[in-house]
Amino acid sequence: MNHFLRRQGWVIGLFALLVALFILTKLIQPGYGSGDFGSLARAVLPYAFAVAAQTVVVIAGGIDLSVAAMMALTSVTAASMMAGASEEYALFVVPFVLAMGFVLGALNGLLIVVTRVPDIVVTLAMLFVLQGAALLVLGAPGGGAAEWLKALISGTVPIPGLPDAVDAWLPKALLVLIFCLCVIWIPLRRSRLGLSIYAIGSSELAAFRSGVPVKRTRILAYALSGLFAAFGGLALTMSTGIGAPIPGPYLLASVAAVVLGGVALGGGKGGLLGPIIAVFVLRLVRTDLTLLAIDPNVTAIIEGLIMVAVVMFGAFITMRGRQQ
Amino acid sequence: MRRANPIASRPMSTSAITPQSIPLGRRIKRFMADRPLVPLVILLVILVVILQILRPGIVNERWIANTIKFAIPLAILAGCQTMTMLTGGIDLSVGTVATMSAFIMATQIVNQDPAVAFLLAMTPAVLIGLVNGIGVGVFRVHPLIMTLGTSLIGTGCLQVYQRTVIASGAKIPDFLAWLGTGVTWGFPNALLLFVPLAALIVFTLARTGFGRLLYAVGDNERATRLSGVRYWQVITALYIVSSLLAGITGLLYIGLIKAPSLSLAEPLVLPSVAAAVIGGTSIFGGRGGYTGTIVGALILTVLTTLLTILQMPEGARRILFGLIVLFVTAAYLRIVEDR
Repeated sequence: MNHFLRRQGWVIGLFALLVALFILTKLIQPGYGSGDFGSLARAVLPYAFAVAAQTVVVIAGGIDLSVAAMMALTSVTAASMMAGASEEYALFVVPFVLAMGFVLGALNGLLIVVTRVPDIVVTLAMLFVLQGAALLVLGAPGGGAAEWLKALISGTVPIPGLPDAVDAWLPKALLVLIFCLCVIWIPLRRSRLGLSIYAIGSSELAAFRSGVPVKRTRILAYALSGLFAAFGGLALTMSTGIGAPIPGPYLLASVAAVVLGGVALGGGKGGLLGPIIAVFVLRLVRTDLTLLAIDPNVTAIIEGLIMVAVVMFGAFITMRGRQQ
Repeated sequence: MRRANPIASRPMSTSAITPQSIPLGRRIKRFMADRPLVPLVILLVILVVILQILRPGIVNERWIANTIKFAIPLAILAGCQTMTMLTGGIDLSVGTVATMSAFIMATQIVNQDPAVAFLLAMTPAVLIGLVNGIGVGVFRVHPLIMTLGTSLIGTGCLQVYQRTVIASGAKIPDFLAWLGTGVTWGFPNALLLFVPLAALIVFTLARTGFGRLLYAVGDNERATRLSGVRYWQVITALYIVSSLLAGITGLLYIGLIKAPSLSLAEPLVLPSVAAAVIGGTSIFGGRGGYTGTIVGALILTVLTTLLTILQMPEGARRILFGLIVLFVTAAYLRIVEDR
């Protein structure tokens, strides 16, 4: 138990912070109920996938600057393919877009491995390329989404054996998020590949000498990142019903949440749970600011300040760790 | 015009080895590495020739003046990138800073004295530069993340500011319009600002202690710190200078575009990075110079004209710029590894 506490200390602290924020929210707005929580979960969805995408790569010792652009591209692709198409067609669109994210992510990794240009430059160049591609697919916000996809993340679903009061607090968006992340993350974490990802993030040389296929692992880590980003893009299309070619502030948010979630920017440490809780914390802060009737533009400034402060703090910790 | 890198000078003498013993490919590579300006100018000329072939008669005095006019703001912003890249950084907040100073200038000039308006316009530039510098220099945040964050905050502030000045309206000061768009005897007036500025940057990088520190920090940060350089002071000063340059660019650009908006200089950010990379500045630091960047900015401006004539959409342009950055960086990496 003691061991568990020490290993998960950061995540538990973060969870306590989240609970404290929920209590604060309830104090500010006594009427805050399950419906509001549902919209919070819906708002968190694209951010959470962006963070998951970033987390995989950061654990592998890299960074992916093209996360937001990848989300924009997958989102517009999905939206333009589904515009005016039949409901069944979307059944084909979803796997197609996910495969596209996977392949483009693998391309990121492949370019890093083949050209030996540092990840930060490759993904920056890919950011330009993917943004351009998104603009080519859809010049202005538009497109559409299948009704069943939109319904997938709105409202709640009755779960047998649970009282309605509890069920109301489990919005579909949250369930979709948990399902998608668990289906990919848990098997990954237990597999050889997952171990390799942690290994190359921890020490590339040591991993190489112990026989870990470093190049292949790196490519797969970026491919998984692309897959998560594609989920994020789909989530964007699902929640707004359209696709927008200009990416939102997901890149900075993903890095901030990764840092806040206890994943060291050097790699090899941390898990997915911390960053996901961190996303909820960051979003809930925004909700609170909105509930306090603060101008949305000012909210954006405060949010930016918090994210920058978090990233600065994380960098400071990393630096300290390196000096010792 | 390869600038000798004073602190980390690499072995430059090819005379030790007889030319015959080196294979041709390697000699070309070495030539490109030593004189990056020559292939760049050749590329520029080729692009202009292609343009002339596609649209006979387009290349005339007016076109040249126009190209230079549009290349200058890009070249100054690319100067920010060049200087930050020399230390291994990057400044993605230049677009926001330029937009902020331009917007504040255009709105404050209505009620304020021009000098006061100018100072007000430069204040956010200094502040953002300072925060960038502290974040990168003291806290060691990656410059890309840091400048992205400050640009997000800056855009938010600008949106709040915009609402306070909706009533007063905006106007473009005559002087800025003259500077941005005017042409005297075939020469754009913007050159009056750009030539001294460019000379100053080239001089600073090549001949002053600050310039040497930038190269040194980018080349080997640890060694520089061990030899007594206060890293954070250099970086903070650098990012403030970079932001100030971006602010000045904003003022020039508003005189050129003449329509203040909240995303005025944003489209210049990606090309400015590309221009510095094309100009031979290494994104990892320690290599490069401003003269190459200027030619890079000219190349990109001509390339943009070419793409417009070919009716290539904005998206394709971005893809191309991204591929250019990737390809050129990979190519330079090969050349450096070869030495």
